[in-house]
Amino acid sequence: MSKETGSDLTPRFGEFGGRYIPEVLVAAHEELEEAYEAARTDPAFIEELAELGRHYAGRPTPLYLAERLTEEVGGARIWLKREDLAHTGAHKINNALGQAVLAKRLGKPRIIAETGAGQHGVATATVCAKLNLECVVYMGTEDIRRQSLNVFRMKMLGAEVVPVDSGSRTLKDAINEAMRDWVTNVRTTHYLIGSAIGPHPFPTMVRDFQAVIGQEARAQMLEQAGRLPDVAVACVGGGSNAIGLFYPFIEDPVRLVGVEAAGEGLDEPGRNAATLVAGSPGVLHGTRTYLLQDGAGQILDTHSISAGLDYPGVGPEHSWLKVTERAEYIAADDAEALEGFQRLTRSEGIIPALEPSHAILPAIRLAEEIGEGGDVLIGLSGRGDKDMHTVAEALGVTL
Amino acid sequence: MSDRLRARFAQANGEGRAAFVAYVMAGFPEPDQTVPLLLGMEAGGADVIELGVPFTDPLADGATVQRANEVAVAAGVTFADCLAMVREARAQGLTAPLVLMGYDNPLLAYGEARAAADAAAAGADGFIVVDLPPDEAGTFRQACAENGVSFVPLVAPTTAEERMGEVTAVADSFIYCVSVMGTTGGAAVPAEVGDLVATIRRHTELPIAVGFGVSTQEQVARVGRVAEGVIVGSAIIAAIEGGSVEGCVERVRSYVELVTGRSAGAGAGEA
Repeated sequence: MSKETGSDLTPRFGEFGGRYIPEVLVAAHEELEEAYEAARTDPAFIEELAELGRHYAGRPTPLYLAERLTEEVGGARIWLKREDLAHTGAHKINNALGQAVLAKRLGKPRIIAETGAGQHGVATATVCAKLNLECVVYMGTEDIRRQSLNVFRMKMLGAEVVPVDSGSRTLKDAINEAMRDWVTNVRTTHYLIGSAIGPHPFPTMVRDFQAVIGQEARAQMLEQAGRLPDVAVACVGGGSNAIGLFYPFIEDPVRLVGVEAAGEGLDEPGRNAATLVAGSPGVLHGTRTYLLQDGAGQILDTHSISAGLDYPGVGPEHSWLKVTERAEYIAADDAEALEGFQRLTRSEGIIPALEPSHAILPAIRLAEEIGEGGDVLIGLSGRGDKDMHTVAEALGVTL
Repeated sequence: MSDRLRARFAQANGEGRAAFVAYVMAGFPEPDQTVPLLLGMEAGGADVIELGVPFTDPLADGATVQRANEVAVAAGVTFADCLAMVREARAQGLTAPLVLMGYDNPLLAYGEARAAADAAAAGADGFIVVDLPPDEAGTFRQACAENGVSFVPLVAPTTAEERMGEVTAVADSFIYCVSVMGTTGGAAVPAEVGDLVATIRRHTELPIAVGFGVSTQEQVARVGRVAEGVIVGSAIIAAIEGGSVEGCVERVRSYVELVTGRSAGAGAGEA
């Protein structure tokens, strides 16, 4: 593994990444890069985040051996990194805390964010309530329909939720609208991007804030399993929980497997969200990365049963890990996600969000393949309470 | 061509006025209206034309230009179609220099080098790529230079003065000055835009054209007193939307004529 993905603030991961942004935003990105570069080695900043992690977000989250599931499968041991137990119910809080504390250092009193499933919006609204920052969350109207509970949570937390009715009315359009707000209000506003996507330094910064997942999991595996896992598996939409889990294992002999959303099928353009599996390189939302696009460079519609994976781009570092073959990317469709959701719920009493549900069946297959004596680590990025309506609908149940 | 753009600015400025730069989205309201609209804008007094290349995710544009993008994308208008429209407009007698304006991804999909070469062959004179700042534009700028088409950089109110030298240095025809923080068609051009133009002027001798928030005759006149060019986009899209499809060319022609204060033909037919 080259050091290209090392911790220095280089703007690119090989040919991917960069800063493809309107001129009006260049100064803000330079300012942010400078502030982050100073903060990441500042003991006061590091300690403030660690303290918030411990006493506010509930870190470290447990590493849990899924004994019944392991027994059922009869192969390698299956371990879950329990980000569903973090405050607000998903890994999103790690990044929201990091960026909000940074925004305070920048003296920016107003935070904007985009959200798909609503988990990042909730995490951002939560952190803004705690740190007394104004919070505006952009959300596609299709996602608002699918995730009404999270919309209400954000409003209770004091955030303004702005419906976005353009384009596909999902995450990508919420990002466009947040960018439009930012080009207008950049002097007072920090855009708290929710995944390891966007222009430099966001992909690096978000990865660093999420790398706590993999750092803890690595130490916990050594302590509880006595060895590193053979493979780490995580779902990939924008890819922040996956890069957070993978990054601390990059120099280790650990297979890294990202699972994208195949939606209704990989051979159905516009009906999946498997960017790395089915896409090609281009530029969207300020970064050069794999995209789902047509031959003329227009961005395709996407579909996934999980709003959080419903995105036609992906973090540029994943594109780099793909082309260098350090990580593998596969896809699971809506039906497989639902099955994974039910398997974990029934066997362990843990209800996963639909996003990490995509990683369950692929992880089970890996556990079978690797066999006894091996270890499979799953990044369980969030809990499934928010998805109950969607799951009920998909299973034909009327609540 | 870069020289054709420079000549047209020089000509307008030599007449004691700012060049009028008119924007229209290719394929809006319908693909077969684009060539007549380009000719109509020239007939109304446009000196330079910006032809929008449709993109699904126009994140620097306000609601008006977004709608135009959506319509054009839905009609299936590609970068190749835009070039065909330019060729046809030239065949029908369009003389105003024309700059293609849009986002990076459709150009990447077409191929940067091929995009610059084919644009030149079709009779286009330059590119404005909203999400391709000079720092990321190395290969595309080279392709533009090799084909004699201009790469037009943008300068914004937030551009640090230390950066203005670097940004304007890549220009070879004119500088696009974004007048106001925000998206196209948003807040009106502020009174202080003259200060921003004066700051940019310290770094370049090329003409500076001001866009964003310019729509009324008064705004066009006011900006024209401080800059070498005035860019109007959303107001033209709004004029297209202001009635029947069949009447859109006439509405745009008379809007351009009104805000430029020039009679039909005064700016047309001169190379």
